[in-house]
Amino acid sequence: MTALSVENVFRNFGGVAALSGVSLEVADGERRVLLGPNGAGKTTLFHAISGNIMPSAGRIVLFDIDITRLRPDQRARLGLARTFQVTNLFPRLTVLDSVLLALGGAAGRGLRLFGALADDRDLYGEADGLLDRCGLAGTAPRIVRTLSYGEQRQLEIALALAGKPRLLLLDEPTAGLSPAETRRVVGLVHELPRDMTILMIEHDMDVAFELADRIAVMHQGRLIAEGDEAAIRANQQVTDIYLGAE
Amino acid sequence: MTSRLRLLIAAVAVVALLIALPAVLRPYSLGLSTKMLIFALFAMSLDLLLGYTGLASLGHAAYFGVAAYTVALLTLRTGVNSGIAFPAALAAAAVTGALFAPLALRARGSYFLMITFALAQVVWSVAFGWRSLTNGDDGMPGVVRPNFGFSLNNTTAFYYFVLAIFGLCALVLVGIVNSPFGRALRGIRDSESRMQALGYDVWRYQYVAFVLAAAFAGIAGALYAYYNRFVGPEYLYVVQSAEALIMVILGGAGTLIGPAIGAALIVFLEDFVSSMTAHWVLVLGVIYVLVTLFAPHGLIGLLVDFRQRRSAK
Repeated sequence: MTALSVENVFRNFGGVAALSGVSLEVADGERRVLLGPNGAGKTTLFHAISGNIMPSAGRIVLFDIDITRLRPDQRARLGLARTFQVTNLFPRLTVLDSVLLALGGAAGRGLRLFGALADDRDLYGEADGLLDRCGLAGTAPRIVRTLSYGEQRQLEIALALAGKPRLLLLDEPTAGLSPAETRRVVGLVHELPRDMTILMIEHDMDVAFELADRIAVMHQGRLIAEGDEAAIRANQQVTDIYLGAE
Repeated sequence: MTSRLRLLIAAVAVVALLIALPAVLRPYSLGLSTKMLIFALFAMSLDLLLGYTGLASLGHAAYFGVAAYTVALLTLRTGVNSGIAFPAALAAAAVTGALFAPLALRARGSYFLMITFALAQVVWSVAFGWRSLTNGDDGMPGVVRPNFGFSLNNTTAFYYFVLAIFGLCALVLVGIVNSPFGRALRGIRDSESRMQALGYDVWRYQYVAFVLAAAFAGIAGALYAYYNRFVGPEYLYVVQSAEALIMVILGGAGTLIGPAIGAALIVFLEDFVSSMTAHWVLVLGVIYVLVTLFAPHGLIGLLVDFRQRRSAK
């Protein structure tokens, strides 16, 4: 089964083609890494998949459901979760409240106008477990704004994982992290259940080759290469435009 | 749990003080206290939007005024019992909010502010221009206070009536902001896109918050019509909306106690300043500038900063 199918997607920003006919298929349970130089259109593609921007043309299918015109929250309820390249958290809430929001959104409990917060007690254990897994044990009562950058990046992932997504989009999860923090994030991704499909933008080659089943390379709004590690390393075009040869 | 205990003691003390007030205040001051409670409720309702949902409205007087006019029109033009006019006024404010919200929620930030402002001005111009119905800028005097078997015409009885409704509304508001719904509103305030990515239908939450804020503003507006026994188009005017915003910002947005304190202070200052000069709005502007410069998180923010600095020592 195909987890995600991007079919000939275009997107222009005022005459500049950010995506010009991208097609991409990610199989169920696959770990796919998206490579490409800055401005290649990787994050734009992520925005199109998660619904933050609408494609000018083309189709996006998630687990056999056409999601091209759905809102981001509708896509999320179909099992899609994402992190943001620029950290996008709740700066004034506590870590625990953030995670409870993430767990509650997935549970789709509705508005719950008068439900007491204490009713969430059943979620507290789940929240603690999630924070533990993401290397954030003990941070629950802290205000998100006061977390270190590395901790905030880990919280990004924790929020995305809370809903037990079927497709997880990770936008440069290790960007700006120390080597030790990068190892922790790689370890975390390794430990995720194998039936979770992951599409990930990554600039660190070692991380990319370690985590990916397959790799796709973007350049100037197009997909120029796809394959496993050996195929990508052997691809002359990729070497030319991405791996440094001018 | 000492902090929770301290909070409980403070709350009990405040409630006791509010109940004891008529015993110690002269009628004029008690009347002013009644007005403070009404505007505290008005400011708290606005804070549901501004401080909790992150939507700055410059048109909150619309819902306040619509409710006030509903009370006046029903009691003076149709002779409906004043007690029945009260829930009708609440409903009118909520319905107005429910109709305006889809228009206002198409925009964010300063554009949201401008749309809410424009919508309120539309309501104001109806009240101002439709003389045969509303008497235009002469307003409608002679609004009768409701009678629930006992008269509310005496200052003390009316104070307790307002205090009871204020207390009830405050409890409901505390329940709302501390519910999972309230937490979702704070999440939306901090990051709409993140909430969407988590599967929240952000629009629906904002819509409900908007209607709730309008409904509570309506309760305050109806009480104010009873309080003054009069309604006029200035209830709907932009100055009224701006004053409410300043009450919230002065006290501290994102809390319920902050706007209540801000409202009490502004009502007091307005009374005090108006006895000396006609330029109240000018003074209000100066207060606004000072607050944004020196206490951007309001008086509550100052208090929190002070306590943090003291405990850090």
